[in-house]
Amino acid sequence: MSTLFRTTSGGRIDRATTVEFTFDGQTLTGHPGDTLASALLANGRHVVATSVKYGRPRGIAAAWAEDPGGLVQVEEPFPEPMLLATTVELFDGLAAHGLPGQGRLADVPDSARYDAVHAHVDVLVVGAGPAGLAAALTAARAGARVTLVDEQSEAGGSLLGGTDRLDGAPALQWVAAAVAELARHPEVLHLQRTTAFGAYDDGFVLALERRTDHLGTAAPKHLSRQRVWRIRARQVVLATGAHERPVVFADNDRPGTMLAGAARTFLHRYGVLPGREAVVFTTDDTAYDAALDLHAAGVRVQAVVDARPGGSPQRREQCERAGIRVLSGAVVTGTRGDERVTHALVAPFAGGEVGAAGAIGCDLLLVSGGWNPAVHLFSQVRGRLRYDAGRGAFLPGEELDGVVVTGSAAGVADLAGCLADGQRGGRAALARLDIAPTADDRLPAAPDPVVPAAPLVLWRVPDTSGAEGATSFVDLQRDATVADIARAVGAGLRSIEHVKRYTTIGTAHDQGKTSGVLTSGIVAELLGVPVQDTGTTTFRPPYTPVAFAALAGRDRGRLFDPERVTALHDWHVAAGAVFEDVGQWKRPRHYPRPGEDMEAAVLRECAAARTGVGILDGSTLGKIDVQGPDAAVLLDRLYTNLMSSLKVGSVRYGVMCGVDGMVIDDGTVLRLAEDRFLLLTTTGGAAKVLDWMEEWAQTEWPDLRVHCTSVTEQWSTFPVVGPRSRDVIGAVFPGVDVSTEAFPFMTWRDTTLDGVPVRLARISFSGELAFEVYVNPWYAVAVWERLLEAGRPYGITPYGTEAMHVLRAEKGYPIIGQDTDGTVTPHDLGMAWAVSKKKPDFIGKRSFARPANADPLRKQLVGLLPVDRETVLPEGSQIVEFRADGRLPAPPVPMLGHVTSSYRSAELARPFALALVKGGRERIGDTVHVPVGGTLVPVEVTGSVLVDPEGARRDG
Amino acid sequence: MAELLRTHPLTAWTDAFERLPDTVGITVEPFVAMVDVRLGTIGPEASAALGVDLPTAPGTWVPAGTGRAVWLGPDEWLLTSTTEAPEELEARVRAAVAGLGGSATDVSAQRIGLRLTGARVRDVLVKGCSIDLHPRVFSRGSSAQTTLGQAGVVLLALSDAGDDVVVLVRASFAGYLADWLLDAALEFTTPIS
Amino acid sequence: MQLIACPWCGPREEVEFSYGGQAHVPYPDSPAELSDEEWAHYVFFRDNPRGRFAERWNHNAGCRRWFNAIRDTSTYRFESVYRLDDPKPVTP
Repeated sequence: MSTLFRTTSGGRIDRATTVEFTFDGQTLTGHPGDTLASALLANGRHVVATSVKYGRPRGIAAAWAEDPGGLVQVEEPFPEPMLLATTVELFDGLAAHGLPGQGRLADVPDSARYDAVHAHVDVLVVGAGPAGLAAALTAARAGARVTLVDEQSEAGGSLLGGTDRLDGAPALQWVAAAVAELARHPEVLHLQRTTAFGAYDDGFVLALERRTDHLGTAAPKHLSRQRVWRIRARQVVLATGAHERPVVFADNDRPGTMLAGAARTFLHRYGVLPGREAVVFTTDDTAYDAALDLHAAGVRVQAVVDARPGGSPQRREQCERAGIRVLSGAVVTGTRGDERVTHALVAPFAGGEVGAAGAIGCDLLLVSGGWNPAVHLFSQVRGRLRYDAGRGAFLPGEELDGVVVTGSAAGVADLAGCLADGQRGGRAALARLDIAPTADDRLPAAPDPVVPAAPLVLWRVPDTSGAEGATSFVDLQRDATVADIARAVGAGLRSIEHVKRYTTIGTAHDQGKTSGVLTSGIVAELLGVPVQDTGTTTFRPPYTPVAFAALAGRDRGRLFDPERVTALHDWHVAAGAVFEDVGQWKRPRHYPRPGEDMEAAVLRECAAARTGVGILDGSTLGKIDVQGPDAAVLLDRLYTNLMSSLKVGSVRYGVMCGVDGMVIDDGTVLRLAEDRFLLLTTTGGAAKVLDWMEEWAQTEWPDLRVHCTSVTEQWSTFPVVGPRSRDVIGAVFPGVDVSTEAFPFMTWRDTTLDGVPVRLARISFSGELAFEVYVNPWYAVAVWERLLEAGRPYGITPYGTEAMHVLRAEKGYPIIGQDTDGTVTPHDLGMAWAVSKKKPDFIGKRSFARPANADPLRKQLVGLLPVDRETVLPEGSQIVEFRADGRLPAPPVPMLGHVTSSYRSAELARPFALALVKGGRERIGDTVHVPVGGTLVPVEVTGSVLVDPEGARRDG
Repeated sequence: MAELLRTHPLTAWTDAFERLPDTVGITVEPFVAMVDVRLGTIGPEASAALGVDLPTAPGTWVPAGTGRAVWLGPDEWLLTSTTEAPEELEARVRAAVAGLGGSATDVSAQRIGLRLTGARVRDVLVKGCSIDLHPRVFSRGSSAQTTLGQAGVVLLALSDAGDDVVVLVRASFAGYLADWLLDAALEFTTPIS
Repeated sequence: MQLIACPWCGPREEVEFSYGGQAHVPYPDSPAELSDEEWAHYVFFRDNPRGRFAERWNHNAGCRRWFNAIRDTSTYRFESVYRLDDPKPVTP
């Protein structure tokens, strides 16, 4: 297929290489250096898609990210929706189709890699156009750490789409030299294809680098496809350029209608003629460059339609020399055409009045309504904008501490000015960093700027088509028109933010890059207020769309959330453990034997612990070493019970409450020495409890001589549980007298195993005789295997967290955070015994004196036994009570409480549950009901201790 | 019975580490004794008792005998020894600082060490570490407690060029961090065809 | 992502820190002597000014030390950080 609209020479494309791509199923060709948009235009194709609401054909209206129309769905090499044809670089094998609005996400996992990099710089320059390059050179030459990012595939900015000359040569030669010089500075990082999409506090800028997108299927798999740069800059220089602004008129969405500067870019950068016969409609001088350049390239320019009554004398003269007709004081009122524009309707325009229109044949209608500085990043960091009535544009309206705006982003119009302003910006940034610029900080010689004729600010051409603005499109992607704005204002909306929400203008992929300021202008016009008062909608990140995959970066799959494992993890895996997540920990939930489901495995594991011996990997329990002369004082203040009276060698259970008196954690405390304790916390509470202790010790009681250190991972912990545990421990540690008399319940002993220190503690979370074995995790596997070996004659059974839960629940031991929820006091748990009456104060004590704490209707922890001896109540189930007549109260049925833990018990040979029930202890013996799957299950309220309430088993 | 064998949480990663190019070398540091030292006031008395001048500048470490003394906080250090057993180191340090109101806790197994060497080390670390690791600000003797990926770490700079760094990480996060490092280093390895 | 200057470790990203609420709210000397209302005031009530606010912060991911800061609640700007034993800075 020939590419009819390709020029014979010029442009930044590799004409020697041809790449094949398909669009809407049609195979087309282009060249490396093309975008999908330029390749489509080279093939004479303007129409990309139909519009989302009205189904009108839409085409390529701009040359980069501001394009509101040309959305495509890429299918090959990997499905990706809602990309702009103007920003997709062409590669061999690209397959895409036009997209009416929404696209399609891939239904297979994305195999590409994504990552992030942190960068710290003195000066970040955003934009590698003339101003940005000048700023970057100034900063680099001074020896600063510089990062230069630019969204295009190569540096140059507006120079890529023009014919400017610097130092008497094509400007791109200077660009190449500047890039080469930057590369020689070791502290400069220069990134192309990198869009700064978010600017935040303290010089933090996020930028997306598209590293391999342009390589298509040839992209190396070991490189990240896209990378988010997290740049922390001491100074940010914004050289982000400007977006051309259209003028709104009837049927301005017809394909073939394009921004004038975009046509120039397609011509000069891509060697593409966007049409054969052009009409250029403008309100300022810059569009004349497009008219003259297209004319020189062989396009028949039918007319330049200049809305200004006097036009531009110097530009008119240029056009006359070229033989281009100029119609001053005229506007385009509409278009004709089917899929693509065939005629522009042109009418005289004076004093705001439109005269009778005539049609001029064309296949390309270029539009320019002036330029909007790209102030997005400046505004994102809360830079105030001011409206410039002469240009009809919003400009940076204040100086920010860490941000300098330069070049056309600051409203500078000409090349010489942009270069000088870029240098000024670079120097301003350096000055704030106390870095001196170098003496040889030279700028290239640029032609003297020609003072342009004053632009006319024209938001819209009065609609003479009879459609009353209903085909005058403001936001092409959202199909939002002047009529929609008029309707919004007519409905009483005054705020530009409200108009945005009402009309959806500016909410599409382009976030109103072409429509935003137009909307401000039109709203101001309709309300009869100054545009400054209307203002703009808030600019928010991201500047251009960013894929969630890129934001996720490396944090997906296995690396999504760290998996913490104990020293025994490999052993658990080999033993066939089924794991559960406990916070970030992977803990064995049970160890099913072949053919066993979880219920069977757990019943077996529980039975082993109650009748023989079981062993658990309890290493995830939080452990805190508390040392210092005032260690006991700190613990007395933080635990509800007395810890200072604990003897060295002994262990005590304790509860911690918040100042509100609610339980926050529980655990056991070992007194290692007069001035040293080891605290055991819940697995989930480890970090929280250490933080809690540090908070009080550091902020409230800095006078206490005490230090808290996490030793959670310093000690592997294996509870060996069951009537035969003494035999196992005695066999492995023959030097320890494990008799009840010598080693009583709630005491600990230090010993060694082959010279390795081991601590044993008689702590039981099951009610059975039990020993906890503590050892340095370096030796965890070896000690665990010794215990298993010694336990083999007794059928020692590793058990998981599920069995652990059943065993503790049978004893009524609550799990803080499961059986409690932040509204539960120790008294509610039936643990008044753990609340000291001797201590004058401790954290939570004062709250216990609140009258509400003595309310007999507080929810209290009780046991529940389903009467049918069969139903396992779902945890979280509500509990209700029948009236005296045996029926449910009328809805809303009062809730008595809820089930907090529920299991099937091997020991009880029936299911049981723990629950928080209003006035629960008074209800022991009552029958209440739990709705389960549409039926009401009768349950008996019991005490919370269901197995061995006398505690007869703890000594074996 | 045989002597108790030690196992290292990263044994399964050794082969993958060995396949890495020299530009991003990762080696697992041998187990060493580590003690968390808390001491309010640092003076000649403490230095004499400990045999090392504990560094008082935040974000620094110094050699200490066969090991290192790492600043962890205004009254907290990590003291390591390659020659003493953990319990020996704890006992010695505790004896030295207890009389000065200090404390010492054996934390030898809390963290494991990975040594990263090569020209690309900084390029790997900056993928997950938000602090500035430029050799101008993070050179030999620098340390930092921060996060790498989603794991809390202590970084120790062993060289001025940023090409020799020890990463200390909680043992339970070691596998995560090893996976993370291998993933981050992938782009500096030879592409797999 | 703001930077917060830890008095010890220097500027770090805000995710390394946790917030501890209003600073200079001491635990009452004798809670038992307080009325329920006074006690509730200590437990639940804190100032909520627009503008400068003295707050507690903890450098969790770093040196684990608590410190105080003056922050403007309307701009999020940290105006100063100071150690726990430093007096609250006099603000205009």
